[in-house]
Amino acid sequence: MSTYPRAGFLAIELDGAGWAGADITRAVLAAESAGFHAATFTDAPAPGRANALHRAAFAGPLTRSIALVPEVDTVYTEPFHISTQLASLDYVSGGRAGWIVTAAESPEAAAAVGRPSGTGGALGQEAAASIEVSRRLWDSWEDGAVIRDVATGRYIDVGKLHYVDFVTPADFAGAGYSVKGPSIIPRPLQGQLPVLVPASLLGEVPADAVDGVLVSAPAAELLVAEVRDVRARVGAAVAVIAELDVVLDARGQAAGSRVAAFDGGRAAFAGTADALTDVLESLLAEADGVRLHPVSLFVDLEELGRLVLPELRRRGALRARVQDGTFRDLLGLDRSASRYATSTAAPAGAGK
Amino acid sequence: MSQHTRAKSDAFTPSGQLQFGVFFQGVNSGTIWKAPESGSQTDFESFRRIAQTAERGLFAAFFLGEGLRLREHLGRPHALDVAGRPDAQTTLAALASVTRNIGLVATQNTTYNDPADLAHRLASLDLISGGRAAWNIVTTDNAWTGANFRRGGYLDHADRYKHAEAFVETAKRIWDSWETPVGPARRVLHEGRHYAVDVTPRLPRSAQYRPVLFQAGDSPEGRNFAARQADVIFSAHPKFDDAVEFRKDLVERSLAAGRGANAVQIMPAGEFILASTAAEAAEKKEWVRSLQIGPQQAIAYLEQFWGRELSSYDPDGPLPDTDPMVEETSETRGSGFHGAKARQLADQWRAEAKDKGLSIRQFVTSKTARIDSTFTGSYTAVADQLAEYARVGAVDGFNISPWLIPTGLDDIVNHLVPELQERGVYPTEYRGSTLREHLGLETPVRSADEAVERVRA
Repeated sequence: MSTYPRAGFLAIELDGAGWAGADITRAVLAAESAGFHAATFTDAPAPGRANALHRAAFAGPLTRSIALVPEVDTVYTEPFHISTQLASLDYVSGGRAGWIVTAAESPEAAAAVGRPSGTGGALGQEAAASIEVSRRLWDSWEDGAVIRDVATGRYIDVGKLHYVDFVTPADFAGAGYSVKGPSIIPRPLQGQLPVLVPASLLGEVPADAVDGVLVSAPAAELLVAEVRDVRARVGAAVAVIAELDVVLDARGQAAGSRVAAFDGGRAAFAGTADALTDVLESLLAEADGVRLHPVSLFVDLEELGRLVLPELRRRGALRARVQDGTFRDLLGLDRSASRYATSTAAPAGAGK
Repeated sequence: MSQHTRAKSDAFTPSGQLQFGVFFQGVNSGTIWKAPESGSQTDFESFRRIAQTAERGLFAAFFLGEGLRLREHLGRPHALDVAGRPDAQTTLAALASVTRNIGLVATQNTTYNDPADLAHRLASLDLISGGRAAWNIVTTDNAWTGANFRRGGYLDHADRYKHAEAFVETAKRIWDSWETPVGPARRVLHEGRHYAVDVTPRLPRSAQYRPVLFQAGDSPEGRNFAARQADVIFSAHPKFDDAVEFRKDLVERSLAAGRGANAVQIMPAGEFILASTAAEAAEKKEWVRSLQIGPQQAIAYLEQFWGRELSSYDPDGPLPDTDPMVEETSETRGSGFHGAKARQLADQWRAEAKDKGLSIRQFVTSKTARIDSTFTGSYTAVADQLAEYARVGAVDGFNISPWLIPTGLDDIVNHLVPELQERGVYPTEYRGSTLREHLGLETPVRSADEAVERVRA
């Protein structure tokens, strides 16, 4: 997993598809047939936005190759629940689940659950603790723990189940907690789901706890420098994913006339499909992947699928997708044994 | 759907109809894992297969439980029964994309969830599924389960229904908050003893207004809670006389709560062991029971009450002559029995087994078999029996726990359902597209318009 193929992957944020099953179906099928490698689902509170995990789970049985990656908050959620929910997403998607870790900052998110809001390092600590809990719980059933041994009457080999006994560290800024385990669900199909974090959480969240980092910059021309900077911090084993807002000339309208202003706080591209193809090709020479945030989902998705992705594929800039492959396969990650496994020698780095 | 909903009334009117739900249990000894045809308990294909079979049989609802901590036996995870299950809402959201009509019911706890978060997630499931979601409200709380959660098991047990009721009221306000499908939403505030909520809800009402509420409490407090808050009670009284009695009790409680006599429906849990003839069904039942309670499970069952290892005892011999360990522990095992009454119980059981001439295995089978909730017989005989429930309105339907995954509903859908349809007591098509429509429940009325909803504990 130390070296990635030079060809990268493309993710698309499907916000804007709404809450209705039919619209989510339309969006995720369009993204898959356009050739995107991953679909992401934002969960930041906004009117009309349904739960991200539910939207991703709904898409699971409808798709075959696209990875499904919801945002899930770590500050106001129960780590035991989110670990189970993400593992379940892995089951309903046949091993195509991932997790974008978020740490809610807004006072509104805190008020909704009647808790004080956190800032800065405290948020990073919450994220780091929840990641650690999830990773331990995902490993708490070793592979093959369900044995169905009729002769001895045992459904489970109890020796392959493990208490995780997580306790928040002494310097934890929020209210400390503990989680006993084991998980309520057997090990996810991928063993460990790929975990992605925004670069802003790196530091409190150690690089070796994650599989990918989402990198933003205030302007497109600064993005490559930012990608290089994060790469230097995390090394080659962690995927670096550039974030780009996109609006294309479409349906006879110039991109500039289709958008008044970008408000994602991310680097943005407005222009022709040809120009975007060049931008993405150069980004993919530095980053492992790029995540696109279309300004108008269905309009821009149509142009991306019709013009941009085919050309990037022709230039060899995109990784081949594997039918029924896992998200780990896409990221070039091995499937390691559980950290608790004693029956077989765990390869180095099995903790992740 | 209005022609199917009954007006609020003081007199209970039987609908003359039954609805089926299916409960994919995922845990405990009811599900057979030792048969060659026993499928995976976690692969999505098993869930899809059961849900699609149920939908072919016009079932109203597909139920999933909630796992909060693995069952333990003598201080270690319990090895002998099916265990390990996916998250209810995540799995139901996936099933929403491969089913069209069936209701999707998630069991969710009021202690280990936050009201605003849970209400939002259930609203999401309801919208994504086009108005098919329901919440089966449970209120378990104990320190042993709480060890997996930030919030721990912090409630006084006596308070749990008060807490649960404030939780449900808050959830209802959240689902009620959008003026129109595009907003605006009114802010929901709650300041209570157990939690505080201040939220502007993110989602509008669904095609069925809000998720349908199921509840399974059986104590007087639990029944009153259901009578005030629930749409359907998931009862533990499937036996005919008990069911009639339970209906009478619940109608009284509903009226006392200011709701109509038909406002709360009743769906007891049921297990069905069916075949073409009574003799075949009886034979099948023997087979089912032998696989549900094997020799190891019989010993383990007694170990829960004895509090000590009994593996040296012969499952086909008499009950252990050794006495239980008597220890005053708090609830730490997830099931079973604790405290000084263990000795007394052991004496009683030994006498009972000796009296009836039962071995350990036979005795445990007699204790664990759901005698009250099992319908055994030919398709036609059981259909006749169920038609009588429908005729007098003893129940509104049954929530079926299949003992085999994923084929356990096949004979019910292929053989029992047509018999019931012939008798005119089972739907021949889905009434509409929402769970509320399938069940013939009234649509809630939006509460008076206020800019801010305040909920008091």
